Amino acid sequence: MAIVDSPVVQDIPAAEVPDPNEDLYHAKSWVTKYLFCQDAKVIAIQYSCTALGIGLLGLVLSWVMRLQLGFPEVFSFIEPAHYYQFITMHGMIMVIYLLTALFLGGFGNYLIPLMLGARDMVFPYVNMLSYWVYLLAVLVLIASFFVPGGPTGAGWTLYPPQAILSGTPGSDGGIILMLVSLSLFIVGFTMGGLNYVVTVLQARTRGMTLMRMPLTIWGIFTATVHALLAFPALFVGAIMMTLDRLLETSFFMPVISEMGEILSYEGGSPLLFQHLFWFFGHPEVYIVALPAFGIVSDLLSVHARRHVFGYRMMVWAIVIIGALSFIVWAHHMYVSGMNPWFGFFFATTTLIIAVPTALKVYNWTLTLWRANIRLTLPMLFGLAFIITFVNGGITGLFLGNVAIDVPLSDTLFVVAHFHMVMGIAPILVVFGAIYHWYPLMTGRMLDEGLGKFHFWVTFLGSYIIYLPMHYLGFIGVPRRYFEMGETTFIPESAQDLNAFMTIVTLIVGFAQLVFLYNLITSRKNGVEAGPNPWKATSLEWQTAKTPPEHGNFGKTLPVVYRWAYAYGLPNAAQDFVPQNLPPELVATHVGNQVPDTDGES
Amino acid sequence: MIVAYAILLVGIGTVVFHFVSPWWWTPIASNWGFIDDVIIITFWVTGVVFVAVVLFMAYCVYRFRYKEGQRAEYNPESKKLEIWLSVLTSVGVAIMLAPGLWAWDEFVTVPEGTAEFEVLGQQWSWMYRFPGKDGKLGKSSTKLIDDDNPFGLDPKDPNGQDDVLIEDSELHLPLNKPVKVLLRSVDVLHDFYVPELRAKMDMVPGAVTYLWFEPIRVGTFDILCFELCGTGHYDMRGSLVIEEADAFNEWFEAQSTFAETLARISPEGEIEHKIAANAAENSF
Amino acid sequence: MSLVDQLTEKPWLTEGCEVEGCVGEAPLDLRAPHLGLKVLLGVASALFMLVVVAYAYRMTFGDWQPMHQPWLLWVNTLILVLGSWGMHRAWGGAYSGQLGVLKSGMVLGGGCAVVFLGGQLLVWKELVSQGFFASYGVSVAFFYVVTALHAAHVFGGLIAWYRASLKIWRDDDIDNVRITVELCATYWHFLLCMWIILFGLLLLT
Ligand code: HEM
Ligand SMILES: [Cu+2]
Ligand SMILES: [Cu+2]
Repeated sequence: MAIVDSPVVQDIPAAEVPDPNEDLYHAKSWVTKYLFCQDAKVIAIQYSCTALGIGLLGLVLSWVMRLQLGFPEVFSFIEPAHYYQFITMHGMIMVIYLLTALFLGGFGNYLIPLMLGARDMVFPYVNMLSYWVYLLAVLVLIASFFVPGGPTGAGWTLYPPQAILSGTPGSDGGIILMLVSLSLFIVGFTMGGLNYVVTVLQARTRGMTLMRMPLTIWGIFTATVHALLAFPALFVGAIMMTLDRLLETSFFMPVISEMGEILSYEGGSPLLFQHLFWFFGHPEVYIVALPAFGIVSDLLSVHARRHVFGYRMMVWAIVIIGALSFIVWAHHMYVSGMNPWFGFFFATTTLIIAVPTALKVYNWTLTLWRANIRLTLPMLFGLAFIITFVNGGITGLFLGNVAIDVPLSDTLFVVAHFHMVMGIAPILVVFGAIYHWYPLMTGRMLDEGLGKFHFWVTFLGSYIIYLPMHYLGFIGVPRRYFEMGETTFIPESAQDLNAFMTIVTLIVGFAQLVFLYNLITSRKNGVEAGPNPWKATSLEWQTAKTPPEHGNFGKTLPVVYRWAYAYGLPNAAQDFVPQNLPPELVATHVGNQVPDTDGES
Repeated sequence: MIVAYAILLVGIGTVVFHFVSPWWWTPIASNWGFIDDVIIITFWVTGVVFVAVVLFMAYCVYRFRYKEGQRAEYNPESKKLEIWLSVLTSVGVAIMLAPGLWAWDEFVTVPEGTAEFEVLGQQWSWMYRFPGKDGKLGKSSTKLIDDDNPFGLDPKDPNGQDDVLIEDSELHLPLNKPVKVLLRSVDVLHDFYVPELRAKMDMVPGAVTYLWFEPIRVGTFDILCFELCGTGHYDMRGSLVIEEADAFNEWFEAQSTFAETLARISPEGEIEHKIAANAAENSF
Repeated sequence: MSLVDQLTEKPWLTEGCEVEGCVGEAPLDLRAPHLGLKVLLGVASALFMLVVVAYAYRMTFGDWQPMHQPWLLWVNTLILVLGSWGMHRAWGGAYSGQLGVLKSGMVLGGGCAVVFLGGQLLVWKELVSQGFFASYGVSVAFFYVVTALHAAHVFGGLIAWYRASLKIWRDDDIDNVRITVELCATYWHFLLCMWIILFGLLLLT
């Protein structure tokens, strides 16, 4: 089975294309330039815009849900079935179609070739297809809002039997379209993922050793490997559930008496689906978290003007977390009725993951030690990320510790936990990253004043939404409840808190619109950024033009002489040394970019 | 400067909120107080880390703020520091994990001889079944369920004849008697949870799951479904009355057995299955 | 430089571009298309292994009834072996520059794959005509899922095979298809291995 080494294949790596105009695909018309474009940077922007667009829908859905929770019985047009459809769509959109697509399809496509000194991804055509399949998945998802019965309301976990039975909204067309859309997403992602992995391993420029790669690349790379191995589990689950729904097979469906009628199913196992789902679902958390880990490390380092502390530990931690996260999935199933003895194993592995994760947190904060911290917007978002992530990580230690999960599972504590750790924290990194790389993508800075407003409202707002929510969870307020109604155990004040959280949600939501406005208007009106405005060392800022053109770099590819964190090097002429600055120039060179040795630019 | 204060404020605010929050867990009504204790331990361990990280950040942001011409220290890693931090973190993790695993062991190991009863979930209501004086629950099957036999009991199983059926969402349990709850669902996933008991478990159609607890406080508590089970999920409620043994027995004797319900449906048929109704006695 | 060495390098201590382990020297000995295929095969393996695990898990439930495997599957397996051999020949032909061998190998490999797909379809038709619908029992349903997933992969391989064949017959150009043919052969072998594992599983249970 081994691929036999052939004498004929030349050992010239793909990156060493002598003339970009010769070997690279070139756009011939408007359609191939902007629409079916094979340039990873354009694909990245297509991915990002689509993801942000559908994410906006997820955001609007969350407002409606919060209105219902904050002011039950005021909005009579929100029926229970609607509520369940909204939480399902909100959850799925945020996790898969926004964050996964944005981090890997968006940032991955944009940054991998640029940061590694490559001209493009290695399989540009497949990369282009990847986006279109993703778009199709999004369209199918949206279509499910318009089929009879509406989208599925089974919760983003889509547990059978309920997901495909008539007691759940959207069990006609909605659930089928959901499963189809997910399958498409997986196919599209696999195409893209193939590119990211092979590009990282194969197309790095001369001198770019593995340990010289920026942590952003490490995060995206590991997350991609993860996703490639985890998504098949969801794929298998989706196929089997579709068959259970359409052909009445019994993969997951036991004997069921639904509303007095015995269905034709026999002997299936609902827990089998849960295992498949979480074998995908837990790594999915890290698919979102690992790129955020990587990116935030770079944001902190650039804007603190200091190297990442403990770079090697950061890399190892990413890899170890990645590996371990495949053996913790059943911590989502402690009270699912699975064999209780699994609890010991999964609680142990889950808490062990906390160690490398905590080390990452320590190293982020230690990066700030004796640094020269510029409180730019990316820095602010980075700091906010640390706080939010620590908070959310800590509550993960509660839920991962099997006995504690017994009272807390499926309460608002869980909702607060995962919003902190995989909702708010990664989103803060997304914002930080956009403020950081927008100048590269457009050549202009985002407006600082609007940005500050956006930052403070988003960070403090979401913190005061989700911090108290944990405590509602302690009381025992369940998640996925359309309304609480009469209870003996929930104090009146909880409803006041709910109303308060809803109002804050709307304010935070408004800030996102301000951000959107900033994104759009700064393209024209933003301050001219110039090359490498943040004085960063990594290669994406060393392109011939800002924003970089097709082919990324000038006539020759940059050559890398050092790691990406040469900030504050004692004997250098300035406080940062670009990765591609020849060693003999370190002591003398001043300027944001390395002069092109060919005199080209 | 402002940023450092803001970080400080968030850190201190979080801790203050924790202590003054009017929202906290309900007074416990079962033997699972140890779970609450593990939560408190976890709060202390993680709280220390949270406060330490936030304070350290606030200090750094204040102390090492940008000054033109200043250079950061160049010191890429410190093995000693990283080892220390790993060891300390591991110790913290062990402090939380050990009591957690111990509590889980208790939770899943039902003491010998614990009395059993069954909770049956369906969209969107609860029903309960107690064994009769033989102390045994009769066989059941989802396939046998119909309007006259909502539990799907096997009419031929003698053990089931004296089973006490409660087709009502109100459940009574005697004080200080440990019980093992057998959880069964006829249609989709549900989850039986009473916040004051701190014990929950999913109900999976096609399987019987369980949990156990000992009621330690008299009162009336809400039973809620804790697993999304369809449109009516939020409305799937019941109530649990924990009372002294006498009061419980009184309630229990007023309930009817499977044989009685069968008799009511077909008074003339199936004589052999009509086991004297007054045999229904409290097995607790 | 071993992977461990690469991953324990202290990057702040080295300077210069002639360091070991950088791609400029192709130290990983991986070429993009080959690596791409390997990754793809990794994903496909994960997919099939998950099906196998789900199969094994579901088997332990009470309602499982073993399914009788149609004898036609043996024939199909043989065809698949033949196809694999054909692609292997094509690969050899591509590297030794023998256009004839390459062409005959390609015809055999692709033809067998097509025949295999047809054969699988026959098996399905036979099963359906005997009343074994997917809803008949979960072992039957698994049979359909397993064979369909495998067939979908064979079909995907045929697309690559078709594109290579076009180049071969249109331009008689060996140099440009060499890698594609090599990758096709690897993929054919992979699908054969997968099929043997899956078929073995179906037979044994
Ligand atoms: C400020 C922005 C957000 C607000 C106000 C919000 C609000 C909500 C609300 C009210 C629920 C339903 C809770 C329940 O009744 O169970 C929910 C569920 C959920 N949210 Fe968010 N959310 C926000 C952002 C996010 C983000 C960024 C993510 C990305 C990870 C996310 C992921 C989820 C998931 C996975 C669910 C669970 C859905 C389910 O139960 O099936 N949310 N959110
Ligand atoms: Cu998890
Ligand atoms: Cu429910």
